[in-house]
Amino acid sequence: MAELDIAIVAVERKIWSGKATFLFTRTTSGDIGILPHHIPLVAQLVDDAMVRVEREGEDDLRIAVDGGYLSVTEAGVTILAESAAFESEIDIDEAKADAASDDPHTAARGRARLRAVGQYD
Amino acid sequence: MAATLRELRGRIRSAESIKKITRAQELIATSRIAKAQARVAAARPYSAEITNMLSNLAAEAALDHPLLVPRAEPKRAGVLVVSSDRGLCGGYNANVLRQAEELIALLRQEGKNPVLYVIGRKALSYFSFRNWTITRSWVGISEKPTYEDAQEVAGFLVDAFLAGADDFGDDPGEDGILGVDELHIVFTEFRSMLSQYAEARRIAPLEVEYVGEESSGPHTLFSFEPDANTLFESLLPRYIATRIFSALLESSASESASRRRAMKAATDNADDLIKVLTLMANRERQAQITQEISEIVGGANALAEAAS
Repeated sequence: MAELDIAIVAVERKIWSGKATFLFTRTTSGDIGILPHHIPLVAQLVDDAMVRVEREGEDDLRIAVDGGYLSVTEAGVTILAESAAFESEIDIDEAKADAASDDPHTAARGRARLRAVGQYD
Repeated sequence: MAATLRELRGRIRSAESIKKITRAQELIATSRIAKAQARVAAARPYSAEITNMLSNLAAEAALDHPLLVPRAEPKRAGVLVVSSDRGLCGGYNANVLRQAEELIALLRQEGKNPVLYVIGRKALSYFSFRNWTITRSWVGISEKPTYEDAQEVAGFLVDAFLAGADDFGDDPGEDGILGVDELHIVFTEFRSMLSQYAEARRIAPLEVEYVGEESSGPHTLFSFEPDANTLFESLLPRYIATRIFSALLESSASESASRRRAMKAATDNADDLIKVLTLMANRERQAQITQEISEIVGGANALAEAAS
């Protein structure tokens, strides 16, 4: 089965790269799912975006992405983020507090993290 | 001359304690360079990808964004000077400041009024001592810059640039922002452990540094969400933030490298000084002993002669 090469790159480090069968996220124009051999695409992700990466024989990865862009080329998928957090790295209480914040940017980051742990859609 | 011997011993002791301090500084700087270099390397994939994405977009989008088009008659030019907060790092700050002075003189020649932004206490005190107007300064970030710091700096600079020099003199004008028509950055490029150079670059209007081969073979047709122009507009300020961030990271690596070199030289000098002083102290001690012996022998001889 065809596979996607995915790289998730944050400003200060490369977050994750590897093979996957399916990638799901939300751009400013709506939800998007990406399968292998997708047409080339550049898109801006919403502020409170969560990226779900489905892999063969392994658990799905859920990553909260802040200030993200998505680029699909023949070579694979690249997600650029200002910051990103894995599901396992997320402190739920802190994310909830952030989501309730008055600052729209902090609130978006909080929502993204809650979405990654499955407590918000 | 017992006083000189005591003096020499005192000087040896003080050279030794200076050596301890500089040696410690050298070791700290050495461990910091490794970390700073790792951060420079870790930030590279992002800037490569964002450049890649921009060059893909540049083929599709209209290239008339204010950040890309040089202004017809630039009146004011912003200069961001990246220096360190602390001294004891050899010529690091002197080189940056000299480069900044050169750039400012050049801008003046071209009839542009320089507007200063500084990072780091050293540049701040240098320019305020010379009575320059410093429009904005950031201190305490140059040693360990984070992306948030870079974003703050970039946000401020991009706002000033987009406002443009629509007013005259040093007056902020109606919009309350002292706008500029050009943005330059003076920082220290980290080439290797042994060579760092102060560099001046223009960051706006941008020249996107294209990577890879020049459109060989068929050109990939991308689709964009939202459209290419909107994407381009939102990506450009981020691109500037990345450029500033990487300049900050390189500067911090260079700072540690210069500090290591300066402190190593200081430690070596202290070593040499200690060697010379020890030699002098030993000679002095031996001279004293010799003198005492000859005095005793002379005394004994005189006594023996008197007895016989």
